[in-house]
Amino acid sequence: MPSNKPRTIIEKVWDSHMVAEKEGAPAVLFIDLHLVHEVTSPQAFSGLRARGVKVRRPDLTFATVDHSTPTTPRHLPIIDQIAATQVAQLETNATEFGIPYFGFQNVNQGIVHVIGPEQGLTQPGMTVVCGDSHTATHGAFGALAFGIGTSEVEMVLATQCLLQRPSKTFEVKVEGSLKPGVSAKDIILALCAKIGIGGGTGCVFEFTGSAIRALSMEERMTVCNMAIEAGARAGLIAPDEKTYEYVKGRKFAPQGEAWDKALAYWKTLPTDEGATYDYTTTIDADTLEPMITFGTNPGMGMAITASVPNPADSADPLERESLRKALVYMNLEAGQAIAGQKIDVVFIGSCTNSRLTDLRAAASVLKGRKVSPSVRVMVVPGSQEIKRQAEAEGLDKIFRDAGAEWREAGCSMCIAMNGDQLSPGQYSVSTSNRNFEGRQGKGGRTFLASPLTAAASAVMGVVTDVRSL
Amino acid sequence: MRIHSTVAVLPNDNIDTDQIIPARFLKTISKDGLGDQLFCDWRYEADGSPKADFVLNTPAAKASQVLLAGDNFGCGSSREHAPWALTQYGFQAVLSTSYADIFKQNSLKNRLLPIVMPKDIHASLFVALAENPALQVTVDLPTQTLSWPGGPSMSFPIDAFAKDCLLEGVDEIGYVLKQDAAITAFEAQRPISLNTLA
Repeated sequence: MPSNKPRTIIEKVWDSHMVAEKEGAPAVLFIDLHLVHEVTSPQAFSGLRARGVKVRRPDLTFATVDHSTPTTPRHLPIIDQIAATQVAQLETNATEFGIPYFGFQNVNQGIVHVIGPEQGLTQPGMTVVCGDSHTATHGAFGALAFGIGTSEVEMVLATQCLLQRPSKTFEVKVEGSLKPGVSAKDIILALCAKIGIGGGTGCVFEFTGSAIRALSMEERMTVCNMAIEAGARAGLIAPDEKTYEYVKGRKFAPQGEAWDKALAYWKTLPTDEGATYDYTTTIDADTLEPMITFGTNPGMGMAITASVPNPADSADPLERESLRKALVYMNLEAGQAIAGQKIDVVFIGSCTNSRLTDLRAAASVLKGRKVSPSVRVMVVPGSQEIKRQAEAEGLDKIFRDAGAEWREAGCSMCIAMNGDQLSPGQYSVSTSNRNFEGRQGKGGRTFLASPLTAAASAVMGVVTDVRSL
Repeated sequence: MRIHSTVAVLPNDNIDTDQIIPARFLKTISKDGLGDQLFCDWRYEADGSPKADFVLNTPAAKASQVLLAGDNFGCGSSREHAPWALTQYGFQAVLSTSYADIFKQNSLKNRLLPIVMPKDIHASLFVALAENPALQVTVDLPTQTLSWPGGPSMSFPIDAFAKDCLLEGVDEIGYVLKQDAAITAFEAQRPISLNTLA
């Protein structure tokens, strides 16, 4: 174990989960929480059966369905038979291997990255994995959380461990205070635009600074969620009083004496004075504006007041070509303003922005207003619990009165596997995390933005700066 | 592991996993049958017929075991369906200047070599292939070299453990399963515990 050298939280969590380290081989890293969903796990369970191996720690494993599931009322069957088979397969696997499971009809079902924190499964200092790249979300609690492939899902099911090389450490320092109309989503979109979609490859981000400290836990989840969109496999935020307050009393959180012990341990996690990072970048919260993407990856973003860049201005030929192709796909002109661009759909949801504070933000804009008659607006809460909370506050009524759809929990149009999707050529303003070609439906065109921007755009029927309403 | 092959070229940076295999094909519970869906939305017309001018529909590409692409290949999701689709199409190696972390790991576990090239050599291969599309490259894993006639011979980095696993056929899950005693010892002293089964 390292001696007195100051360490980052990233190194502390890594060191404390080291099971074995052999010369030349990757570390065997213990995993505290393994979240499982229907899409990336069936082949892993098949692998376990072929090996005749059990799940080593079903008590540290948790499964739910979210990607393939419809967001229509829950009494209706899953019409897509392929999706229905996949959902049923997870139930079979969870039952056979003894894994706790929130099924399609469970009152606590939701997006895997929403229910982990909501149920108190996600805790500071943990290693968390899931066969899903947005696992970084759990980093908001000071957990080292990252996405893995199906082979690795099988490895964790079988051994509760992962073979890993340490990542580089990358501090993202966000100082200052966000202005009205600017939110956590804009911080992470600004980072993606600044360092690019591959800028954090090989790294784990630690988000620091006064603007990060000022964020609520839900906003911190939004920031960490999109670490992968800047190339980093994980992004985390050191725990503080807000973190402990959020975790305390949740279903799977430690209780009584165990809580006191856990809390004492969590307080040792923040990065030591004098610890250094491999890379550092800064974002100025004071001057940050609402951000929006214009292209076909999350790094192609800019302030909503800016104009679409000209590919000819880019020095690198492949980069120039990528930008040119992106503008052709998006049917946008270099130099045009993004604000005022006509849209067809607004999607408010996803593991990035489907929590109660996101819904409140959107509702604050939609209250007393109507969505543009030319726009379909879908509001998809991240979990059934969030749906109930929102309904208790009357948010559903605000959305419905404005002309928006209020749907059941799931990933929905973020990944468009469940029938919620754009038609070819349609434009959306989406609070989700990816604007890749066809991500929200074949031929669909996505502008990524915050819930405030999405709601303002829903009202106007065009991309709209919420500050102009 | 030695590959001698022509090269299919996709000159785009940041090719994401949603392009490699669109999400609507992830509803399968099998690993098989994904080769025809590789790059589906770039590869087929709306009526399902192959686009004649898309590289993967050419007879030359169908015979290629190597794909040359732009920087940051495989960014986006963790879906292992991406390397499954690439290998089922017939690729055994990808050439790029960098890869997304999860894609790289997933590839190595599926005998798909994610070969990292220096930017200048990467650019020179695009030029060489533009001049001679039938050019054959040689990838040699034991010596970690990539070469082609008239080009530089370059060595590429690969994780030493992953290389051993590929060359010796080591099963990584079996390797960790054998460390049961160390895992058990770790579990006995770990500081926090969940109680999901209570």
